[in-house]
Amino acid sequence: MNDDAKEFVLIADERIPTRERMYTSRPLAGFFTGLTRVVPPLLVIVLLIAIWWIVVTKSDSPIFPTPLQVVTGAWELVQDGTLGQHIEASLLRVGIGFGLAFLVAIPLGLWMGWVGGAFRTLNPLFQMLRPISPIAWIPIAILWFGVGDLSPIFLIFISSVFPMMVQTTAGVRTIDRRYLRAAANFGVSRWVLFRRVVIPAVLPEIIVGMRIGVGVAWLVVVAAEMIALHSGLGYLIMDSRNAGNRYDLVIASMIIIGVIGLLLDGTTRLLERLKTVKWRYVR
Amino acid sequence: MSDRKSDKKIVVDGVTKSFGALPVIGGVSFDVRDGEFVAIVGPSGCGKSTLLNVIAGFERPDRGAVKIDGVKHVGPSPKGIVISQHGSVFPWLTVQQNLMFGLNGASLAHKAALADRYTDMVGLKGFEAAYPHELSGGMLKRVELARALVVKPEILYMDEPFSALDALMSLRMQKELRRILGEERHTVLLITHDVEEAIYLADRVLVLSPRPATIQTTLHVNLPHPRKLSSPEAQSLREAILKELGL
Repeated sequence: MNDDAKEFVLIADERIPTRERMYTSRPLAGFFTGLTRVVPPLLVIVLLIAIWWIVVTKSDSPIFPTPLQVVTGAWELVQDGTLGQHIEASLLRVGIGFGLAFLVAIPLGLWMGWVGGAFRTLNPLFQMLRPISPIAWIPIAILWFGVGDLSPIFLIFISSVFPMMVQTTAGVRTIDRRYLRAAANFGVSRWVLFRRVVIPAVLPEIIVGMRIGVGVAWLVVVAAEMIALHSGLGYLIMDSRNAGNRYDLVIASMIIIGVIGLLLDGTTRLLERLKTVKWRYVR
Repeated sequence: MSDRKSDKKIVVDGVTKSFGALPVIGGVSFDVRDGEFVAIVGPSGCGKSTLLNVIAGFERPDRGAVKIDGVKHVGPSPKGIVISQHGSVFPWLTVQQNLMFGLNGASLAHKAALADRYTDMVGLKGFEAAYPHELSGGMLKRVELARALVVKPEILYMDEPFSALDALMSLRMQKELRRILGEERHTVLLITHDVEEAIYLADRVLVLSPRPATIQTTLHVNLPHPRKLSSPEAQSLREAILKELGL
């Protein structure tokens, strides 16, 4: 055995992407690559704001606000605390609607992916429900849940449950056969198979589904809040327009919606850094 | 060839297999003794892998039967672990978790200790917590080998195990495998198209015919380990096998 130990010394050279090697030249180079990532998109936005500003001042529009008016308008709302309340209301609805959708979509998706009969029975129905726009559900939502918080939550649920379910189902159905065979070879129980093979194999797909789901949920909450209710960013847009053509607030709300959407996606993407799903994003 | 027992570990008896109208295996019979290393070589597409799948229990034969320890077996089991060309190390588990995957019963600490022992045996000490994507192809093969060995299988089914590796690494792994088989006794069934690999490793080489596969010739490799492929005996065996393969 001692002779063989020498041979293993050679193996050390096989290590290709160890962490040390990947990050050695990081600090300075990282700063510059970070810079090239941030600067160009920022420039585009600055340019767009400049054009907007110039066009509005030149055209002397009585209604369309300048960027400065948008900022001051938004600042008013920040100071009297209403902006915070609207954001909170929208996020809460998204949180609950998306959470419920997640709880339904993941188990159902796993089941449909694993059991052929369940897939054949339910998939046609879901494929038919899926392309119906959430907006089309609004009358029924109002009929069933009235104009309280429940309606938008229902609409968010409806809109985000299908993408997550479809993604999960597809994930299970495309698990590489060799992993299932290996599990069968080692004779593990169904529970171990599910917990140690199926779930982790599908996890990257579930995360993709969650990203789509969160995006759609955020899209829909604003639309749903435009219908009725007294809070939320969608309500803020409609209310600002109705209450004296406050287009500065309309645009401020739109920008805030965009920024929050970006942050929500970024937060979901953090899941991609989980150690157990990293295999999917490297190489 | 340290084998004194006469008991047959694997008995393949008149196995045939077709996929639709395409006959893949056309009646194959052979025995493998306990502790014996048998290599099966054949032209590509001749049904080697299908034969292994049938023997390992992943496919059912159309006719004939496979018996392990005298018992007709119906499905895969940890008694015989398959190591395939593309590997099946779980990418979402660390090296240690991969090795512990097939272990059941014993306490967690015991399992971890056993896993670490085999990690060490295949030369991966220090990589217990690494994820597969952090390892090279050769190291992944070692993980796969260790994961198979740790459950103490009586049989190893190897389906072109090293053919996805570069030539140098392939040779290194062959040597490594031979060393491990010196430490632990296993019955091995190796499918390969690499004639030299077969001669270097096996006690007996079965040459398959083109599809539908039948056993064309059996050759015994009566050379002591470690073998030198440049030796005249090995060379003449190589010539004989290549001739059987029509080269």
